[in-house]
Amino acid sequence: MSEHATARKELAVSDEVAIDIRGMNKWYGTFHVLRDINLTVYQGERIVICGPSGSGKSTLIRCINALEEHQQGSIEVDGTRLTNDLKNIDKVRSEVGMCFQHFNLFPHLTILENCTLAPIWVRKEPKKQAIETAMHFLEKVKIPDQAKKYPGQLSGGQQQRVAIARSLCMKPRVMLFDEPTSALDPEMIKEVLDTMIELAEEGMTMLCVTHEMGFARQVANRVIFMDQGQIVEQNEPEAFFNNPQSDRTKLFLSQILGH
Amino acid sequence: MTTHHNAAFVRTEDAPLMEAPSSQIGLRAWLWKNIFASMADYATPGKAVISLLMTVITIFTAYALIWMTWTLLDFALFSATFFDPEGLKRDACLDEAGACWPYVKAKWYQFMYGFYPPEEVWRVNVCMGMLAIGIAWLVFPLPHRGKVALFMLFAYPVIAFVLLNGMPIEHEGDIGQVVSGVWFPLILAGIAFAGWWLARSDRYGDVVNAMAPALLMAAIVLGIFAGLPLVTMALDLALGTEVVETNKWGGLTITLVVAIFGIVISLPVGMLLALGRQSNAPIIRYSSIIFIEVVRGIPLISVLFFASAMLPYFLEPGVDFNKLLRAMIGVVLFASAYMAEVIRGGLQAIPKGQYEGGMSLGLSFWQQMRLIILPQALTTVIPGIVNTFIGLFKDTTLVLIISIFDLLGILSATLKDPEWSTPTTAYTGYLVIALIYWIFCFSMSRYSVYMENKLDRSHR
Repeated sequence: MSEHATARKELAVSDEVAIDIRGMNKWYGTFHVLRDINLTVYQGERIVICGPSGSGKSTLIRCINALEEHQQGSIEVDGTRLTNDLKNIDKVRSEVGMCFQHFNLFPHLTILENCTLAPIWVRKEPKKQAIETAMHFLEKVKIPDQAKKYPGQLSGGQQQRVAIARSLCMKPRVMLFDEPTSALDPEMIKEVLDTMIELAEEGMTMLCVTHEMGFARQVANRVIFMDQGQIVEQNEPEAFFNNPQSDRTKLFLSQILGH
Repeated sequence: MTTHHNAAFVRTEDAPLMEAPSSQIGLRAWLWKNIFASMADYATPGKAVISLLMTVITIFTAYALIWMTWTLLDFALFSATFFDPEGLKRDACLDEAGACWPYVKAKWYQFMYGFYPPEEVWRVNVCMGMLAIGIAWLVFPLPHRGKVALFMLFAYPVIAFVLLNGMPIEHEGDIGQVVSGVWFPLILAGIAFAGWWLARSDRYGDVVNAMAPALLMAAIVLGIFAGLPLVTMALDLALGTEVVETNKWGGLTITLVVAIFGIVISLPVGMLLALGRQSNAPIIRYSSIIFIEVVRGIPLISVLFFASAMLPYFLEPGVDFNKLLRAMIGVVLFASAYMAEVIRGGLQAIPKGQYEGGMSLGLSFWQQMRLIILPQALTTVIPGIVNTFIGLFKDTTLVLIISIFDLLGILSATLKDPEWSTPTTAYTGYLVIALIYWIFCFSMSRYSVYMENKLDRSHR
């Protein structure tokens, strides 16, 4: 697609639509928080969403797995349309993994139990198989030796990697990341980003709300800039960072890349 | 004074680790830190005043402690009458100013069993023995806990009822009359249950699906309404092995029956009410709120009085609830309302992220509740739950006002016995009863602490 992208590892993007958002609007009471969102995400895409705080970027990805409901327009995930039908919502949620800023691990369960809970109860997997899958993904995020511990005994970076493994155990088609490194101490950010990069390289479709612009340059095939509830600009990372078009994008980039 | 320090510093070897000084460890250090240090600082006039004040308070407290301990020991042991070999009854105790233990010995049976016929008392003992083993099994986790818990929850109540009350074989009541009072709520319960069965599958859309919990609740409530007369009939029907009517039960037996029934039922009902109060469905939310606020707003005595005196007016003539059962239901309603508020406190302590974590994994509402939210919420409020249990245990004494003789009630009854009327009989009796209550309540309190520590995952 781009001659600038040669520095990055080229990753395949298929023609298959993973997420299709059309004319979506959302209000909090009278406050119009998301305005006329149109976004098509193809299988294998790695999209970074950035923007000033309060711009609606988290709300946008939370709409994709119906943690927030939208009032107008349509969201289709893997061909399943999100309506008020609980059945569709549960189906979408089990196909879409999500990592949160504060990990949201279950503190009363061990790391292993955190990872096997949903496969056992939602996917009805036999316990033995769920444990095998969980250990596989815990190895992938490089913390199999912590499986018997509780989340409170792990560092923030380890907890976030567990959260990623927990989502992967559901074999999701799409992963959403909501500021996954914002609550971490600086020395732990890299271990989480490395995990995410590895995931991207395996072809996972990812939408990340993050301020890690290095990650965006290295991994993303598309960067979306949001402001005041709208998608203001989107482009390939090189073009986005080197040649922003909108004034608002320029201002934002000058603020976060200022020093 | 130098004007410039060299800021550079490099540690070349670690400072040695040393043992704590003797002022930090041992009995002397403990006594000093906790008792004497506060009285020893006279550096400034202000500190001297505080130290003197602390000295006075310490001396007074020590004196009060010693005096109270001595008084109690003197009453219970040194000045007490222990034996009554000649069967003098009250005369044996009149000489001494201390406790009258022969009275306790003479009335111990009533304290424990009330007016239960002595030749049948083995039934109570078997019942309580099974209970003790069951509780011990669950409290000190032994293998097969789940099975034992199921047995204690479902099989044991039936066994206990049959043992305590007797086996219903022949009947005296008019079955037709009882059944006529049962069929209407039973049919409604059936309809609600069928509705729940249909609504819980997703075939009929979300609105119907959202009504499922409400229908289930309705079915349970109606089922209880239908079931009560049947249970009562079972109670009232006169029966093959000798029936011991509930009005002969008494003492600790009644206290335990009412308290344990209340504890076991109020916890799940309280959970449902707490969840109901947070529900998005207005009908469920408002009925939960109304129930909780109404029941919490009236004294338990009124609930019991209502259950005892007023309830019969609302039932068809001939349908009579057993008095004990009515009292037990009153206690359960009351405890459930309190329990609901305690558990709601726990639910509110769970961060929103826990719900979202569960949701994002595709867990259904009830799965989130059962697997994620309730385990944490209940753990958080163990002190509050046990507090409610302890309150409930002691509140059972109020069944006295509808003439059910629990432990305290039976004590009052025995105190009227002129054969044992001495100046210290009442004190002795109340001391013993207080001790029995204290043992039960303190055990619950210690178990609560044990569970808190065991379930605390925050810093292990």
